[in-house]
Order: sequence, then C-alpha cells, then structure tokens
Amino acid sequence: MINTDTELQAEASIQWILACKEEDVPENGGACINYKGEQIAIFNFTRRKEWYATQNLCPHKQQMALARGMIGSAGESCEPKVACPFHKKTFSLLSGECTSGEDYTIKTYPVKLSAGQVFIGIQ
Amino acid sequence: MTTTKPAVVIIGNGMVSYKFCEKLIAKTSNFEIIVFGEESRPAYDRVHLSEYFNGKSAEDLSMSPLTWYAENGIHLHLNDPVKEINREEKTVHTLKGINQHYDYLILATGSSAFVPDIPGIEKQGVFVYRTIEDLDLILAYAANAKEAAVIGGGLLGLEAAKALIDLGIKEPHVIEFAPRLMPRQIDQAGSKMLQMKLNELGLKIHLNKSTSRIGGEDKIDALHFADDTQIPVDMLIISAGIRPRDELAQLSGLKIGTRGGVVVNDYMQTSDESIFAIGECALHEGMIYGLVAPGYEMADVAVNTLCNSEKSFSGYDMSTKLKLIGIDVASFGDPFIAEPDCRSIVMDDSHKGVYKRINISNDGKHLLGGILVGDATSYNMLLQTVKNHIILPPNPEDLILGSRGESTNEGSGAMSLPDDALICSCESVSKGAILHAVKEDHITTLDGIKKCTKAGTCCGGCVPMVKDLIAGSLKESGIYVKNVICEHFNYSRQELLDVIKINNVKIYDEALDHFGKGDGCETCKPVVASILSSLWNDVIVKQGTTQDSNDRYLANIQKGGTYSVVPRIPGGEITPDKLIILGQIAKKYALYTKITGGQRIDMFGAHVNDLPDIWEELIDAGFESGHAYGKALRTVKSCVGSTWCRFGLHDSVSFAIEIEERYRGIRAPHKIKGGVSGCVRECAEAQSKDFGIIATEKGWNLYICGNGGSKPQHAQLLASDIDKETCIKYIDRFLMFYIKTADPLTRTATWLNKMEGGLPYLKNVILNDSIEICGQLESEMQGLVDSFHCEWKEVVNNPELRKRFVHFVNAPEKKDPTVEFDSFRTQIKAKDWL
Repeated sequence: MINTDTELQAEASIQWILACKEEDVPENGGACINYKGEQIAIFNFTRRKEWYATQNLCPHKQQMALARGMIGSAGESCEPKVACPFHKKTFSLLSGECTSGEDYTIKTYPVKLSAGQVFIGIQ
Repeated sequence: MTTTKPAVVIIGNGMVSYKFCEKLIAKTSNFEIIVFGEESRPAYDRVHLSEYFNGKSAEDLSMSPLTWYAENGIHLHLNDPVKEINREEKTVHTLKGINQHYDYLILATGSSAFVPDIPGIEKQGVFVYRTIEDLDLILAYAANAKEAAVIGGGLLGLEAAKALIDLGIKEPHVIEFAPRLMPRQIDQAGSKMLQMKLNELGLKIHLNKSTSRIGGEDKIDALHFADDTQIPVDMLIISAGIRPRDELAQLSGLKIGTRGGVVVNDYMQTSDESIFAIGECALHEGMIYGLVAPGYEMADVAVNTLCNSEKSFSGYDMSTKLKLIGIDVASFGDPFIAEPDCRSIVMDDSHKGVYKRINISNDGKHLLGGILVGDATSYNMLLQTVKNHIILPPNPEDLILGSRGESTNEGSGAMSLPDDALICSCESVSKGAILHAVKEDHITTLDGIKKCTKAGTCCGGCVPMVKDLIAGSLKESGIYVKNVICEHFNYSRQELLDVIKINNVKIYDEALDHFGKGDGCETCKPVVASILSSLWNDVIVKQGTTQDSNDRYLANIQKGGTYSVVPRIPGGEITPDKLIILGQIAKKYALYTKITGGQRIDMFGAHVNDLPDIWEELIDAGFESGHAYGKALRTVKSCVGSTWCRFGLHDSVSFAIEIEERYRGIRAPHKIKGGVSGCVRECAEAQSKDFGIIATEKGWNLYICGNGGSKPQHAQLLASDIDKETCIKYIDRFLMFYIKTADPLTRTATWLNKMEGGLPYLKNVILNDSIEICGQLESEMQGLVDSFHCEWKEVVNNPELRKRFVHFVNAPEKKDPTVEFDSFRTQIKAKDWL
C-alpha cells in the first residue's frame, strides 16, 4: 500500500508498543493486555486473517469485558464486530461504533504483527 | 449570549420539560434553548421514584446526563428557580440573578404535593413524597421509626406505603378519605380485591377515614380521626394528591383556574400567546393531567406550535396500567359507566385474587371501558378494542375469561388492529408507524424499533405488542417465513442440527463454510457450539471462542466481571465434610456464598485467574462441574423422600441423584431442570420443572414441560404409575427429541406451546413411537450419557487450557484491578453498575 503524506504523518505520531505474542490470543477470539494501566482488547480474527484492538471497557455498563466477547461480522459488507458478554451490545471493530442501536463508541487501535509478536499503535 | 435565533426559555426541568427539549431538538435547530430547574439534578424519572428505595441510584433514574444537554446546545441552569416573569420586556429573572430574554416561554413547573390543612401538619416526622430530596429525608427518618402511616390511598400513596415496607417499617397504615382505594382508577369491587392483596403484603388499609389532628409535642406520635379513633405513629407521609405549581404564572397575571392550574388552549398557549404551559401545571378544559403520557403529548403539541405545524391537544385518554407493589392494576376507556347506560361483565375471583370488569354497549357491539385488578395481561388488547371501536366477538366474556373452546380466536391479535391504533401511548406511536418501520425501513428488531420510533422506551408496557407487530408484519410480507438462526445461517436450528449431523461437521468454521455465510456472530456461534456438543459431546473449552463467555470460562459472568462457581450437588444431598470444604474454599478465595433455588451452593466473586485453582481444590475434594454456566441440565431437585419423611412413598433423593448424574453435562437448546417428589405433597416442586417425577402408591408419575421463570407454566402429565426404568426411558426420549427439534434458547414449555399438535402429538411420539424415532433417540441419549466428562477436570489437568484463565495475557499473574466489591451483611457484593 502506498501511504499518502497525511497517512505518513499520522503514522509518525503513532508509538508501537509490544502487546503480546500471537499465540496469546486465541483463534477467532480476544485477549486483554495491560499497557500502563490501560486495558486493551486484542482480537485475532483468524477466519479473516485480520487483527483488531479496542478498549476493553464496554461503555454500556462500564465493564472490562470486551476481550471476552464473541467476534463476528454484520451485514452484506461483513463489518467485523465484537459483542460484549454482559448484554450483547455490539461494536464495529473498524470504527468502534455501537452497531446494536445505541450511541456508544469505543476506542480502536491499529495492530501490527512481526515475528510472532503483536504490536499496538498508541497515539 | 448573543444570538440571532429566537430564545425558548423553559421553566422547570422535570420529565415533561425534558421531553419538550428532546422533541424540539429532534424537529429543528432554529431555537436557542435555555432551561431553568429548581432541583439540583437534571430531569429524572419520577414515575419510578419508589425504585430509589430498592437500590436504584439518582443516576439510574436520570432521564439523560448533564452532558446530553451540553451536546445538544441546551443551556441548563440547575438550582436556580425563576422568581419573576416580566411579560412586557419578555424576560425572566432568577434567584441567582440571571436576567434572561425569551421569545417563547414554556412553563413546565409541574406540581407539588397537596398538603391538606390538618392541625399539627408542621410536626417533625411528617413528610411529602415527591422529589429525590423528599426521599432522602424519609430514608434518614425511617431508620428510627417503628410505626408509620401514609395519608392517601391513591397510586402515589400506595407506592409510598410500599417504600415504607422496603425501609423496614412493619405493617404501615394507609389512610384514605374516600370509601375505596385508587378512587380515580377502580371501582368498589376492584378496590376490595386490591385491598385483600395489599393486606397480604402487610399494609393496613383504613378507608372512609378523615384525619382530624396530628398528635405529639414537637414530633408526631399519633393520628387522630374524626370518628374519635386514633393510631400511634411516629412517621407520616402525605400523598393526598397534587397541586399545580402556578404561583409564578399567577404573579405575572396569566389566567389561572379557580382551583389552580395555568389555563391553556388546545395549542398549550396560556392567556399570553408567547407563553405556553405543559404538564401538570397546565389546566386544559378544566382538567389537570397528573400522568406523564398526556404531559408528553402536551410537549409535542407545544413543539409543533412553535414550529408552525398544526397539532392540537384534545384531551387525553386516562387509561392506565400499572404494577403496584407487584399487583397489576389497570383501568381503560370509561371504567365507571354503569347499567342502564351499558352492560357490565364482571369476573370476581378472590381465590386467585383477580377482578375484571368490562363495560360493553347495550347493543353488545362495542367495548366502552373496564377495570383489571390482579391480572392485566389483556390490557393492551382491551384498550385498543375501545379506542378503535372494534366490533366485539359474539362472546365478549372471552375477552376477560379467555377463549374456552379449542379454536384460536382469530382476529383478536395486534395485527387485526387498524393502522391508526395507538400502540405506545407514552410516545404516541401508532401501529402504522411500527409497520412502516418494519416493512419500509426493514427494521426487524425490538431495539431497532425502539430507536427508530421510540415505541416502548418509556413505561415499556407496549413491548409485547410491538414484538407481536414485528413478527406479524414480517410474516405478512413473507420476509421471515421460518425461524432462521441469524443472518449467517439460513436454517432453523433443527435443520442445521440435521445437516451438521449428516455431514459429520465437528467445528464451527466448517459449519459456517459449508452451510453459512459471513463470519458468524454472537447469535449463531453459541447455537452451533451447543449443537456440536449435543451431537458429539466433545470438550467444550476446546471451542472456547465460539462459546458465550459463560461456556468459554466454564463459570457464570457476574456484575463487575467476576465469575460464580457452582459445583454439582446431585439431588441436593451433601455430606457435612463437603459442606465444610465449600466453606473453606469460599473463605480462602473471599467468595460470597448463597444457596441456590436448585439446592446447591453458589460462590460469587471469583477472579477469572482464580477459577482453575478453585476448581482444582473442589475436584480434589470430590466435586465436579455443576454446569450452571451452560445451556444444560442444571439440577434435579428433590424432597427428602421415604428415607426420613413420614409421608414419603418412595426414595425421591436416590432417584433424583440417579437422574441428575445421568443427564449431567448434556448440552441442550436451553437449560433444563428436573425435580423428584416422594409423594403428592410435591415438596420438590417437580411440576414447575422441564421434567418432574412424583411418587404414587404404584410407582411414579412423569410430568413434562413445566417452567418457573417469567412465564410460569405447570408441567403436564405424560405417564402415570410407571416404574423407574420406564420413567428414565421416557425422559431419554423426551429430552433427546427436545434437543433435536427446539429453536435456540427455547425452554421445553415454549417448545411444547409452539408444537403443532401439542401434548397429544408429543405423547404419541414418546409413548407410542408414532414417528418411529424412539430407538434412535434412546441410543443417541445413551451415547451422550456414556461420553460424560467433567469439563473442569479437563481444564485443571491441562496446562494449556489453564493458561486461558487470565485477565491480562501480558501479565498473567495480575488480576483485573477494576474489580471492586462492597461489604454487605458481613459478606461482599459486586459494586453497582455505574
């Protein structure tokens, strides 16, 4: 992919932190990491060969639970999503927007893999 | 503030004021909106105020947080009542000294508690029941009170009395001046039924009582009545009605009704056309509306008037349905019309505590109104029948007694209503609007309908009807002819189970690749996982991420993100040594313990990291998983039976243990519960279970498809006086047939209710092998029984599986630091939702 200037600039302000090993995150599921007190959920979407990361906190009832949620897709466009195990509020793994009809948005993070290690981009 | 937009100033920040803002910003952004509230909190839900005593916080009751006002550009001033309106300069002046110009002024000042002029009313210990502050005062005072009373037997008064019970006051008194309770809603006979039920709950009701004096020095110590009787009380709540807050309007010279209330026209305009009044302070056609739904309607009318669209207020139907201390009370249409102006059909069943009255026109064609006490499930349909002048069926008594013939009464469902039938009266959403959302906007979920139309978002009473309408209109347009699992699998559960079995599919992704599309979701994943378990009975943690959190971590997730641990205690029988071990483990890991409804012990508050260690200790002590987390057999409850009980006919405990151990761990479309009673006294409540066995002189009676829960249903007799072996054979067939054919998350009771042919058909399948399937069902069940394994034992002994029980994969020893507990009756409890 060719990066445009703005993307390069945005890229430059991202700090990549080592989150965990690839094998730490179960296939087609999530795991949570602790980064300086921040809880980040990482999803290994094996079926799509994609990785995502979001905040671990579900904004609905403020529960640290998204990493334990089930992932899947919604609609014709196959928008990747995660469902909170508490009340099944679902969130897009791309935009972080709530896809079950409420006005919540969660933070998402870029993910990079290198030599079996998972890195997360922090702004 | 400099702005060119016209300013709308709202005085008051209650529910109706909030609704006005919500409706105005939804319609236009052409106004600057400024709100002045007297209370310190933004608008909260006064309808559910008594829940404050049951642990709901002020935040739970809030309509919207402060940020909502900011995000929508609404200037909200709290703690700052308006003191003066200057109509000439079009300004309001507040207590804190703000001078605010208005182009339009909305009075939403609401009402205050009406306090009758009884001598001694100023004494300490006398309260009103209106705001959260009032509730805080009551809360503080009740701690030292022993005897308390409420003046007023209306809706709010009875709510207040219930609140007193919640606060630990035993048998509070309710004093009503009128000869009946809730005089505006129900008649004498209805009141009698309600009174009977309230007496059972511990309320002491005094009717026809006029309070003449409040006794005591500084503090209240007694209530004296006009009939020279008295009762000692040290606390009193006044809830004798409301009085519109019209002082400000009066001061500024607006027209006021003789008995209070700001006079408004059909557009909610007061005698000054740029000033509006809405809600409980407004007097329309001589009527003050003390309910929230007409207040919302007034808000809507005022918004429309401001936006120059034509909408007028033409009175409001005062039909109401409420749950009062758990008792349904409803009145609709004209509840009090009597013969000879109509004919009334009355059902007065003091055995069940149900009173129903319907008033029908003299020609028998139309329903005019009615009253329901004790059971108001038919309220929505009855109300719609009145409102839409639906022609009554030939036997109108069926409306309250239910159809007693075999035929289903066609044309009485929600789909038969006209399009303009008002389904959600709080948000004025018609049937047409809901159908439009389903058919044109393709919104097919309840949540979607709530978001799109707002139907069902206020009191929630219309939700069952909304669901029926969604299902009905989908059926009509042929969108949803069969009950498919979700967007990823165009199969019913039964069909999917068959194709998975025939094709020998063993993992979820394989099923999705061959029979589905997309990447799955939280609906189909657990369904397929359950089907795979029911078919192959593999270790479920091996497919961890297709399982819901509970099956992934083999424990029930609880508030705060900790889990609960429930070892199996078959039949509820446990040795003292095992009890001690449970106590020791709970102590060691600081768990909250509680006896469950299924005769076992639940330990709450376990960190995910501790689960394997806890289970290792439990398994070492001889326990095994209780599958409380799974859609699987939970417990087989038993009474003590013939080994000890002087009435017992057979050994119910041994039978319960045998059956619980036979079906433990088997995955099903939903949870399954069983019960075995040693005699007809039925102490194990077997008839409320999916399968229940009751000892008879000659053997056992087997009942099936009972249910507790939200829709209790008695189990029905499948076979009587059978021996143990036959009983097990029938249960094998019954459970396996259920596992293979039920829809996801459908309990056996609902499964039977939906089954074509009903119980006679099911009996024929299980007892007479009418579809020649019993041999297969039995061998499949035996296969599951033989392949039982304790899931926790597998995890405890497998280091790879154990590793998954961590909160942070990059810091496996660290527990979730956000987990917090409160102390609670010498144990712990989860911190409340924020």
